[in-house]
Amino acid sequence: MDLNLALEELQFRDELRDWLRANVPHDWSEWREKPIEESFPYLRAWQRKLHEGRWAAVSWPKEYGGRSATLTQQAIFWEEMARVEAPPMANALGLGLIGPTIIAFGTEEQKKRFIPKILSAEEIWCQGFSEPNAGSDLASLQTEARLDGDHYVVNGQKVWTSYGWVGNWCELVVRTDSNVPKHKGLTVLLIDMRSPGVEVRPLRQMTGESEFNEMFFRDVRVPVENVLGKVNDGWNVAVSTLMHERGAYGARLHPLFKRNINRLIELSRKFQKNGCAAAQDPLTRQKLAQCYAEIEIMRMNQLRAFSRISATGAPGPEGSIQKVFWSELNQRLQQVAQEIFGPYGQLLGGDSHAVDNGIWSYGYLRTRGNTIEAGTSEVQRSIIGHFVLGLPKSY
Amino acid sequence: MEFGLSESQEFLKDSARKFFAGECPSVEMRRLMETGTSYDVALWSKLTEQGYTGIIFPEEYGGVGLGKVELMLLMEEAGRALLPGPFFSTVVLAGSVLEAVGTVTQKKKYLAPICRGEVRATVALVESTSSWNPRDVQLGATNGKLSGEKLFVTDAAIADFIIVVAHNGVFLVDSKARGLKISPMSGMDLTRKLYAVEFSNTPAEEIGGTKELARALDIATAALAAELVGGMQRTLDLTVEYAKTRKQFGKPIGMFQAVQHQCADMYLETESSRSAVYYAGWALEENSPDAPTAVSIAKMYASDAARTVGNRGIQIHGGMGFTWENDLHLYYRRAKASETAFGDATFHRERIARLVIDEGAVSAKHA
Repeated sequence: MDLNLALEELQFRDELRDWLRANVPHDWSEWREKPIEESFPYLRAWQRKLHEGRWAAVSWPKEYGGRSATLTQQAIFWEEMARVEAPPMANALGLGLIGPTIIAFGTEEQKKRFIPKILSAEEIWCQGFSEPNAGSDLASLQTEARLDGDHYVVNGQKVWTSYGWVGNWCELVVRTDSNVPKHKGLTVLLIDMRSPGVEVRPLRQMTGESEFNEMFFRDVRVPVENVLGKVNDGWNVAVSTLMHERGAYGARLHPLFKRNINRLIELSRKFQKNGCAAAQDPLTRQKLAQCYAEIEIMRMNQLRAFSRISATGAPGPEGSIQKVFWSELNQRLQQVAQEIFGPYGQLLGGDSHAVDNGIWSYGYLRTRGNTIEAGTSEVQRSIIGHFVLGLPKSY
Repeated sequence: MEFGLSESQEFLKDSARKFFAGECPSVEMRRLMETGTSYDVALWSKLTEQGYTGIIFPEEYGGVGLGKVELMLLMEEAGRALLPGPFFSTVVLAGSVLEAVGTVTQKKKYLAPICRGEVRATVALVESTSSWNPRDVQLGATNGKLSGEKLFVTDAAIADFIIVVAHNGVFLVDSKARGLKISPMSGMDLTRKLYAVEFSNTPAEEIGGTKELARALDIATAALAAELVGGMQRTLDLTVEYAKTRKQFGKPIGMFQAVQHQCADMYLETESSRSAVYYAGWALEENSPDAPTAVSIAKMYASDAARTVGNRGIQIHGGMGFTWENDLHLYYRRAKASETAFGDATFHRERIARLVIDEGAVSAKHA
């Protein structure tokens, strides 16, 4: 056990720091408040710049434009990006989830066709997994693809699609065989979102915004060469994507949580509680300290999980607790913020009395989604119970 | 950066687990807890043979010279076995205080015999206010003599000497000294005995100032949290095993999500405590500026987690969990005693607040 950075980790960090010092835009704060539709070209340009420096997908193999970064280097990458308040990248799903899946399962032609444009943000990707009747029980999905000559014909509906409104391409899980057990009849298709019969509608969520979309497919024709992996092996392909979703994501979130708790501590000195500054109120101090500690533990759990993955090649049992841990912690943090702000906490962006222009009232509502998206807390606990502790499957 | 254990650390942990399983199985632990002091001469000499009594101390005093991470691993395994007797008091607590505070001569005189397994010792800190902060100590020394009372002193009746924290220094009192009265306090944890210790004009040897005490107390605090991790792991293992075999309504109860999800939470709490404890051990070893914060995070989290893991474990065991013959309550009792010892979660949250709210955030070393 040695938590000091190794030489190649220090070199990685210093090279990144130098590059960021020269390249990180200084006007992001002016853009971040604007609707995503307006700032999206800005985010595309930023990703293109990162790609030119070979920083867009550090975890990817070198031959595909990455740096073959270790998990620790990936954690360093996100810590440094947060430290300089760098803008996010436009093609988040393409870089984080779908690109790695194409690299793992794609044909040489598919890799050549799709990978460069994922990196350059020329083509934005979205992910068509969940359906109105297939959420936690993803394998029961009903969107069907029927073979017709050298094309599949797709009919069905997807929901909770991030980046659907701007997506050029979609990783879509469909049913290609309904006469076999539900996990065995699925296939992953790469769909051009401009294909006739694709319709995208915004889905308004409880925060009032539309991060997600609904997607409708009516007789959409997809060439057979756009099957990712093998026909009827789509469950394995989809699970691989989900593993990326639940894996190193905690390392990206930790710096953001750290920034939030530091900001909250700062604000607690200005807000009054029980006749003194909230920072001096014994009960508030207890709650802030609890959040601070749990955010530190989130990082330690992550680093331990990384070491396990490096040693064994597979995510260790510690990895499985990360999603439950961060999502529920984030909700507790937002509740503590609300308690500190009192009635000011409810004020929305645009109100002159709102705290930090409403990011905390937004966060309070938005974090309700954390324990639902990317695997509900209930599903995660069942995964821990069955796959980690070896208890009998409960569903 | 590597958060995994090294080969030699894995070896130490494995051999400690086997050692405690062989030398202190549940039957032996229960036998010792029924004795007056929970101390056993034969077990002590075996602990000494393993090098455990000198694990973290320099070789010049007869120690093994291992680091604080290794201490955490040993204490985790001791906690898993619910090791009874004065190991924590003597080695971790008195040993660390002597190492931090004493002169070279005093270390040769008092620390070396601890390493050699020849003496038992303890530290008397808390008074009737029950504060674990040395700054709240009232008892003082006048002309090398102590007068006053200390409470919740672990293993005092078996100690050859007691290290006493006074407001004007740290002192050492021989167990045969005049004016020393040791009376048992009936604690919930039967494996670690508590005493009230009264001093009336008791001669004492000054071994140093209170300033150097903080680091020694941090080592002991982290080690206690490590013990809690071992206890949680044992409680989790017993509970998962029970949930797999106990059948109701024709199914193993572990199949019911109401049970399974509680097991998942026990696992989350145990692993998170372990991460925090290992990190604290590393931060202490490296003398990292965030070591005090890391220790408080570990003790705070493990104190609360050990209680809730125990709650869930007993609940899932149903009626069996409520019986004397099941070991769960013994871990539960230890968890309560260790929860308050060296500051409960509330105490350490306030300490974290002082460190990160009042003095500005000292974040983890590479954050």
